[in-house]
Amino acid sequence: MPDPALHALSFRDVLDIISTWTIPVLLAGIPLLALFRRVKLYPAFLEGAKAGFETAVRIIPPLVAVFVLLAMLRASGAMDAAAELLSPVTGAVGIPPSVLPLVLIRPLSGGAAQGVVADVLRTEGPDSWAGRLASVMAGSTETTFYVLAVYMGAAGISRHRHAIAAGLLADAAGFTAALVVCRLVFGG
Amino acid sequence: MGAILAVLMALSVVVAAVRGKLPDVTAAALEAAGKASTFALGLVGVLALWMGLMRVAEEAGLVRWIAWLVAPVLRRLFPEVPADHPAMGAIVMNVAANVLGLGNAATPFGIRAMQELETLNPRPGTATDGQVMLCALNTASVQLVPATVIALRVAAGSRAPGEIIGPTLLASLCGVVVAVVAARLLARVTRPKEG
Repeated sequence: MPDPALHALSFRDVLDIISTWTIPVLLAGIPLLALFRRVKLYPAFLEGAKAGFETAVRIIPPLVAVFVLLAMLRASGAMDAAAELLSPVTGAVGIPPSVLPLVLIRPLSGGAAQGVVADVLRTEGPDSWAGRLASVMAGSTETTFYVLAVYMGAAGISRHRHAIAAGLLADAAGFTAALVVCRLVFGG
Repeated sequence: MGAILAVLMALSVVVAAVRGKLPDVTAAALEAAGKASTFALGLVGVLALWMGLMRVAEEAGLVRWIAWLVAPVLRRLFPEVPADHPAMGAIVMNVAANVLGLGNAATPFGIRAMQELETLNPRPGTATDGQVMLCALNTASVQLVPATVIALRVAAGSRAPGEIIGPTLLASLCGVVVAVVAARLLARVTRPKEG
């Protein structure tokens, strides 16, 4: 329940309000704004929704590859062995072994990262600690190497200077912040 | 990606063979492939709803509205770019489209911004401070609603798919702050010598 004294809102309450209100506000606000601006609302919606379907279809191939790979690693026992081996690291940092592949793959491949998140959600549950952490980590980082290749390539730049360092530092900060924020909000 | 897949798949087969678990691996691999397609179908509804809504937002001019909001901050991050230069306009639209999660709209603006920044570049082929800053902003994701992650959560049957919106926003803001600071500070270290 929200605190009746509004001026005493905790940091958790603020994040909770953002989580609760963002989607409803956009669902109500955007169509109203479109109406006000005399945009052809329904055709625009249908056009965008079609692209949504295409996006879901585009996700299938990397999802198949990552689901199959992770299932093989689990069924063979290789995953457990690796988790055991890495337990000093994951234990010290406090991230579940199933989320570790996400940290490694996120800057390299967006599709594979989505596959890892989906696999964590599917096998451990979306409302588990691992599921929530994987969701926040994936949402707060980007496919750094892909972005750099596209943007630098488009301008014909071969010497990137500190771009990779800045991008990877941003990813590291995103992961760390995700871990800290999830601890504070969801416990675990 | 291909090499990672090949090595790890071969590794699981070898480990399974040693431990006598080959039938388990075969069954798990085939089952997972089937699960992937049903899982992806679970994404269609949410992605269609969200991308439809965002298309409407784009038509209604919400990107320009957000661009107007973020422009003053961005001008400070790109001090060497004149405020009326076309590069600035493209940068602002790129960031605004990213905030709304319009990846398909953000990339063309970003590419145009990189090319416009290149026209201001005294050393073509070597990234300027501004070009690195723009890349840094794009490699740290600030998105109002992480729609794909929410769709994944819905497909997995979450009781509260939206509960990660606030935490994600805060974590990504931390990422952006670090990206901006790193781009600024490291620029001094990597700046080519004058002359």
